[in-house]
Amino acid sequence: MNYIIGAFKPPCTISITFADGKTRKKASVKKDNGQTAMVPLFESKENIVGEVIIEPMHGKKVEHNGVKIELLGQIELYFDRGNFYDFTSLVRELDIPGDLYERKTYPFEFSTVEMPYESYNGINVRLRYILKVTINRNYVSNIVEYQEFCVRNYTPLPTINNSIKMEVGIEDCLHIEFEYSKSKYHLKDVIIGKIYFLLVRIKIKNMELEIRRRESTGSGPNTYVETETLAKFELMDGAPVRGESIPTRLFLSPYELTPTYRNINNKFSVKYYLNLVLVDEEDRRYFKQQEVTIYRLQEES
Amino acid sequence: MLPDAEDEEKWLAEGIAGIQHNAFYMHRALDSNDLKDALRYSVQMLSELRTSLLSPHKYYELYMRAFDELRKVEMFFREETARGTISVIELYELVQHAGNILPRLYLLCTVGSVYIKSKEAPAKDVLKDLVEMCRGIQHPIRGLFLRSYLCQISRDKLPDIGSEYEGDANTVNDAIEFVLQNFTEMNKLWVRMQHQGLTREKDKREKERSQVRDLVGKNLHVLSQIEGVDFDIYKETVLPRVLEQVVNCKDDLAQHYLMDCIIQVFPDEYHLQTLETLLSAFPQLQPTVDIKTVLSQLMERLSNYAASSTEVLPEFLQVEAFAKLSNAIGKVIEAQVDMPIVGAITLYVSLLTFTLRVHPDRLDYVDQVLGACVKKLSGKAKLDDSKATKQLIALLSAPLEKYNDIVTALKLPNYPRVMDHLDNGTKKVMAVVIIQSIMKNASNISTADKVEALFELIKGLIKDMDGSQDDEIDEEDFKEEQNSVARLIHMLHNDDPEEMLKLVRHLQAQDGDVIGEEVSATPKKIFQILHQTIEELLSVPSPELALRLYLQCAEAANDCDLEPVAYEFFTQAFVLYEEEVADSKAQVTAIHLIIGTLQRMNVFGVENRDTLTHKATGYSAKLLKKPDQCRAVYACSHLFWVDEQDGIKDGERVLLCLKRALRIANAAQQMANATRGSSGPVILFIEILNKYIYFFEKGNPQITSSVLQGLIELIKTEMQSDSTSDPSADAFLASTLRYIQFQKQKGGVMGEKYEPIKV
Repeated sequence: MNYIIGAFKPPCTISITFADGKTRKKASVKKDNGQTAMVPLFESKENIVGEVIIEPMHGKKVEHNGVKIELLGQIELYFDRGNFYDFTSLVRELDIPGDLYERKTYPFEFSTVEMPYESYNGINVRLRYILKVTINRNYVSNIVEYQEFCVRNYTPLPTINNSIKMEVGIEDCLHIEFEYSKSKYHLKDVIIGKIYFLLVRIKIKNMELEIRRRESTGSGPNTYVETETLAKFELMDGAPVRGESIPTRLFLSPYELTPTYRNINNKFSVKYYLNLVLVDEEDRRYFKQQEVTIYRLQEES
Repeated sequence: MLPDAEDEEKWLAEGIAGIQHNAFYMHRALDSNDLKDALRYSVQMLSELRTSLLSPHKYYELYMRAFDELRKVEMFFREETARGTISVIELYELVQHAGNILPRLYLLCTVGSVYIKSKEAPAKDVLKDLVEMCRGIQHPIRGLFLRSYLCQISRDKLPDIGSEYEGDANTVNDAIEFVLQNFTEMNKLWVRMQHQGLTREKDKREKERSQVRDLVGKNLHVLSQIEGVDFDIYKETVLPRVLEQVVNCKDDLAQHYLMDCIIQVFPDEYHLQTLETLLSAFPQLQPTVDIKTVLSQLMERLSNYAASSTEVLPEFLQVEAFAKLSNAIGKVIEAQVDMPIVGAITLYVSLLTFTLRVHPDRLDYVDQVLGACVKKLSGKAKLDDSKATKQLIALLSAPLEKYNDIVTALKLPNYPRVMDHLDNGTKKVMAVVIIQSIMKNASNISTADKVEALFELIKGLIKDMDGSQDDEIDEEDFKEEQNSVARLIHMLHNDDPEEMLKLVRHLQAQDGDVIGEEVSATPKKIFQILHQTIEELLSVPSPELALRLYLQCAEAANDCDLEPVAYEFFTQAFVLYEEEVADSKAQVTAIHLIIGTLQRMNVFGVENRDTLTHKATGYSAKLLKKPDQCRAVYACSHLFWVDEQDGIKDGERVLLCLKRALRIANAAQQMANATRGSSGPVILFIEILNKYIYFFEKGNPQITSSVLQGLIELIKTEMQSDSTSDPSADAFLASTLRYIQFQKQKGGVMGEKYEPIKV
C-alpha cells in the first residue's frame, strides 16, 4: 500500500525558509483558495536570503537533473487565466544533477533584487512575487515548490504636493468650490478639505465623499476596467445655503487602499479618485470626481 | 402632506425603541470594555437622531434619550483613556471613522469633552475643531440639537478666567470666540427653519421655531456666565458680534427673541454703558419685529436699575441715557414706515415711563417725549384706533400719576397738543381724569397761566367741539362731567387778590371769549364781576340760586361799606323775586332770606333802608298762604329792631308788624273755621307770643306786660275753644309759659318786668 501511495506522492519535501524569517515583518495575502496567509514582506533592492531544505521520503532516492531556485515577479490577468507574465526572473542553480539520499540544505541569496512593482491582488489582476524551487527530473515531472512573499515599496514624501482646488457647477443651479489640501496622500493620511457653496438652487439632502478605485487591465480593445467604491463618507447632512463652507476630514486608515499603480508593466493600472457626491431630495446625484495619488510612506520606526 | 400627531407618536416610539435596543448592546460592550463594539452600537444608536420625521418637540424627547446614553459613553471614554487602553488622541481619530456624519459628530463632541479634560491638547484647539466640524450638519433641527449638545458639554470646559482650562495659549477670548461662533451658526440654522417646507405651514413653523429658540438663546446665557466677559470685552467684542448676527439674520422672530435675550441675560450696567451700540441695532431690524415690546423691556430694566440705587443715577446722566433712547425711538419709528401708530405711541409711553422713573426732575424730557409724539401724530387724522387711543391715554396719564400734581403737567407745552389728537369722547374722558387727579390731590391752581393751560386741556368739557355734535350724549354723563368742571373752581385759588382776579377773569373768558382790559382788583371791580357772573345764572335759569348769591354779594358789599353796590344787589334780588320766583314755597324761602339779609345790613341810609324794608314787608304780606304771610310778617318785625349798639330800634313799627301778624293769624283761624270746621293753627299765636316776649325782653317800650297778658289770655281761650287739641301747640305753649314763670322766679330786673304777668 505504502508503496503505491508513495508512487504518487512526491518523493521528497521541499521547504523554503528565509534567513530572517522570524523577525521579518509579515503581510497577509489572499491565496487562490480564498484564505489569507501571512507571508514575509520585502521591499525592492533587499537581499533575499534563505535556505532550501530538501528531505527525501524515508529511504527513498531522488534522482534529479539539477536543483534550482527562481525568484519570479508575475502578473496574472484573470481573463487570461493561466498565463503569467514574468517581469522579473532570477535563477540560482542549487545543485548539479545527481541523486539525493538524505536531507540536504541549500542556502541561497538574491542580492539587491529589483522589485519595482508591489504585490497586488485586484479584481482582474494579480501581481505577486514567488520563490520557486524546481527539482528537474527525467521521465517524470519535475518537483516544484513555491513560496510567496510580499513586496511593498515606500515612497518618500513628495516634494511637490499641490492642493486640489476646483469650481464646478450646473449653471444657475448649483455652484460649489472644493478644495482638498493635497493631491497626493499616503495610506494613513487624512484628506482635509472644504467645500464652499457659491450657489444653491436645488434642495440638497446630503453630501458625501467617496473613495473609488479604478483598476484597468489589458490594453487596446481588450481593456477591462473595474471600479469599486471603497469608502462612502458623509460630509454634510441637510441643505446648505449660499456662503456655507463645509469642512472635510476623512481618515484613510480604515480603508484598504493600495498605492496608485500606473501602467504596471504595460499590463494594468490602479488609480484612486475622490468623488464628491451631492444628493438632492429627489435622490438625484450630482458629482465631481477627482484623481488623487496614493503612495506608501515609509513608516518611521 | 401633514404628518398627523398619531404618526409622529409612532415614529417617536420607533426612534426610542431603536435607541434602547442599541443602548442595550452598547451597555454590554461598555461593561466588557469592548471599545469596538461600544463605538459600533453607539453609532447605531445615534443614527436614530438622523430622522427627519419628528417635530422639534418630539425630536427633543429623542435627543434627551440619546443624551443620557452619551453621558455613559463619555464616562467610558474617560475610563478607557485613563486606563491607557487607547490614547485620547487615537480615540479622537477613531470616532471620526464613522461614515455617517451625525453619529460621528456626536461622538466627536463626546470625545472632545474627554480630550479637553485630559489637557493633552489646548482646550481652545479642541473647541475650535468641534465647532468647525459641526458645520457638516446643515439640517436645521439636527444641527441645532447637535450644537446644543456641543454647548452643553463644553460649558464647564471653557477657558474662562479662573477655570482650570485657562492659561498658556488658552485665553478667555478663545472661550468667547467659541461660544460666539456656535451661537452664530445656531442662529443661522434657526432662521433657516423658516424657509424650509411649505409656505402654507408658516404658522406651524413659527410655532416649532419658538419651541427651539431657547437652544439658541442658551449660547447668550453661557456668554453672560463667562467670568472673563468683563465690560470692556462685552463692549468691544461680545455685543458688536452678537448684534451683527442679529441684524444680519434678517428674521423677525430671531431678532425679537435675541434682542430680548441680550437685554435679559446681560447686566443692566452694561446696557447702560453700551446704550448707543445696543440702540443702534434697533432701527436696522426687520419692520415686522415687535420692537416696542423689546425696547419697553429695556427701558423698564433700566428704570428698575436706576431705582435700585441712587449711586447709579449719575451714570444715566453721564451716558445721556434719555437722549439716546429718545433718539433711538425716533429712528426706529422713522425706519419702520409701516409701524402702526399704536406701536409708535407705545414706544413713547415706555420712554415716558422711563423718564418719569429715572429723571423725575426733568420736565423738559417729559415734554420732549410728548413733543416727539405730537410730531409723529401731526398731519394724521384724529385717532380712531382704540388701541392707539388707549396708549395715548396712558401717555397722558403717566405724568399725572407720577407727579400727583396737575400743575406740573400744566408746565408741559406739548401736553395739550397731544390731547388734541384724541377724539372728542376720549378727550372728555381724559379731561375728567385730569380733573379727578386735581381733586384727589387737592392741587391748588394758583396762576392765570395755569388756569389757561388747564382749561385748554379740558376744553372738551366746556365747549362743543366743532362739527361733531354727538347726538347721544348721556344726560347723566354730561351732568357728571359738568359737575367735575364746576368742582374744579374750588381748586383755583390765590391769596393775592390781584392774581385771584386774573384767575377769575380767565375763567370768564372761557365762555365768552371777552377779555376786558387789565384792571386792578378794586372791590368795585370785583363786585362788578360777581354781578356779571350771577347774571349768567339767569340764563340757565336758576333764579333761586342767583337770588341767594345776590344777597350774599349784598352782604359782602355791606362789609365793604359800599352802599350803592349793596343797594343794587338788593334791587336785583327783589327784581328776581318779582320776576322769576313764582313757586310759593320758593317765595317763602326767598323772602325769609331777604329779610334775614336785610336785617344784618347796616350800610344803608334811612331812605334806602326804608325802601327796602317796605318792599320786604310788602312782599311778606302778599305771600299766598296765611301762615306763611304771618310768619314772614312777624319776621319783618326784626327789620325795625336791630339788637346792636347803633341798630335801629323802632318799637312802634315792631308793634305794628306784630299786630299785623296777629291779624293775619286771626284771619287764618277764621279761614280754617270756615273751610274745615275746625279752629286754625293756634301755633301761629304762640309763635307771635314768643316774638312779643323777645321784644319785651329787649326793652321795646311798646311791648308791655299787659299786652303780653292779653295775648296769653287770648291764646288760652282759643285753645279751650278748640275741640281738637294739637299736642305740639300745647307743649309749645306750656314751655313758653314755663319760661315766663322761670323768669319771674329768677327775680332781678327781668323778674320784676315779668312780675305783673299772670300765667
